[in-house]
Amino acid sequence: MKINKNTINKIARLSRIKLDDKESEDYIKDLNSILDWVEQLNEVNTENVEPLSNISSSILPKREDVSNDTNSSEEILENAPDKLEGFFAVPKVVE
Amino acid sequence: MSKSSLKQTLKDLDTKKISIRELNQDYLKRIKENKNLNVFIHFSEENVLKQIDNLENDNSAKKLKGIPIAIKDLFCTKSMPTTAASKILENFNPTYESFVTQKLLDEGSIFVGKTNLDEFAMGSATNTSFFGNTINPLSKENEPLAPGGSSGGSAAAVAADLCLGATGTDTGGSIRQPASFCGVVGIKPTYGLCSRWGIAAFASSLDQAGIFSHNVEDASILLQSIAGFDQRDSTSAKVDIPNYFENLDDDLNGKTVGIPKEYSIDGTPMEISQIWEDAIKVLEKKGVKIKNISLPHTKYALPTYYIIAPAEASSNLARYDGVKYGFRSDEIDSLDEMYENTRAQGFGREVKRRILIGTYVLSAGYYDAYYLKAQKVRKLIADDFNRAFNECDFIVTPTAPSAAFPLNEKQNDPIKMYLNDVFTVPASLAGLPGISIPFGKDKNNLPLGIQILGKHFDEQQVFNAAVSLERSYE
Repeated sequence: MKINKNTINKIARLSRIKLDDKESEDYIKDLNSILDWVEQLNEVNTENVEPLSNISSSILPKREDVSNDTNSSEEILENAPDKLEGFFAVPKVVE
Repeated sequence: MSKSSLKQTLKDLDTKKISIRELNQDYLKRIKENKNLNVFIHFSEENVLKQIDNLENDNSAKKLKGIPIAIKDLFCTKSMPTTAASKILENFNPTYESFVTQKLLDEGSIFVGKTNLDEFAMGSATNTSFFGNTINPLSKENEPLAPGGSSGGSAAAVAADLCLGATGTDTGGSIRQPASFCGVVGIKPTYGLCSRWGIAAFASSLDQAGIFSHNVEDASILLQSIAGFDQRDSTSAKVDIPNYFENLDDDLNGKTVGIPKEYSIDGTPMEISQIWEDAIKVLEKKGVKIKNISLPHTKYALPTYYIIAPAEASSNLARYDGVKYGFRSDEIDSLDEMYENTRAQGFGREVKRRILIGTYVLSAGYYDAYYLKAQKVRKLIADDFNRAFNECDFIVTPTAPSAAFPLNEKQNDPIKMYLNDVFTVPASLAGLPGISIPFGKDKNNLPLGIQILGKHFDEQQVFNAAVSLERSYE
């Protein structure tokens, strides 16, 4: 078993997702079965193979390095669940 | 030919046989009659009527003027909310328009509504949506079928004739598989052909916008409308977009079709193998040379995809934190509590599963073993296709390993669900254009689909082969 109670808690914490005990149990099972299944990639010899991160065969143009102003803070804040004097508002961080 | 076609409707509008208002009122009526299918997450009659008013006062010539189009609710639209079928974006009203929808607006099309999908496009049955299942319009009474996914709402909207075309997105098969399930045409173009600007991101190295339509000609018209370079998407390609429709040519004489042996998979229903053979025979009669090809790494495409896609998703979905937009939990004693509760309550089960697996394969100590390994296998899969296309002009395969299945049938076993994408994922990993067209029926009279794949940016060849097969089948 690659994923146990400790690992799932660690991943959940990294992902900032709170899991209850029942969910943790379910995800331990799911993730282990998925990881067992993807294990078959180890059969493939990938020595000297470059990892592929961008599949595009076209030449990707660079944009000109000039500043532009496409958003206003008002628009950016429009959907915020909580805002205060032109800023996003979150629960107090400093005690 | 289906009951409606975009090409014919454009003619009818042009010759004033029908007005924009009459046309759209017809569609509004059908949309209201088909509410039980749960095709739309957002539909507002008032909004559609407003668009009609605006167009009636607009004298400029526009290519898609008055044409009713449905938009997958993953594209940001200023005039309608955008949810990605997730509770976490339940009340999100974009302040900007996606590249693709802006192009359609510029051409004068009318947006009839935002269609249902799997939450953040993660699924193959449109059953992970926060807003409930979409029902396949081809279902028999009391036997609801899945429309496929993730763009199930858009496929169903076209199948039920609630629009003349719809947008979709395809990351591992999310256009082609639902097109096959609903008996419509669906094209995913080459990675980079349509800008991803304004589309809620799932797996950025794979996500690509595309089109659903009643037939291949309509798809060729609509794809041209949404394609093009956009500097706001760093992977958007600067290529010339041909007039696919004008250039359609169903004469395939002298072309070579590749038939990959690895796509004959144990357990594939006889009916699927049969339509595949039928399609090959049709092509042979048209003077197409049949070439057996090998794509040796095909069997590794799914596990590769289910590492890369969740890894990118875990990163992309980090932005939903309850701060900038969307849902925020009420249980917010501290900042961390706020993040953790917001994401726990805002995301559904499948999305959380993929975020967790993606976080794991990217985490310290596992990155090389999983993510880097998958990227290397991805290279081998792409190389397989490159080699194959030295020997053939296009590739023909089945689209999906089954016809539409009953709603919820495959929900409990994630890997079984992932197998739906077995024929579509390899081309996604290689960034190739692919279309699914209806071709044949199964024993329950449900449609099956044939997939045609082409070289990078060779959508024209894909359309030509598709229109040729379509015309021979009618």
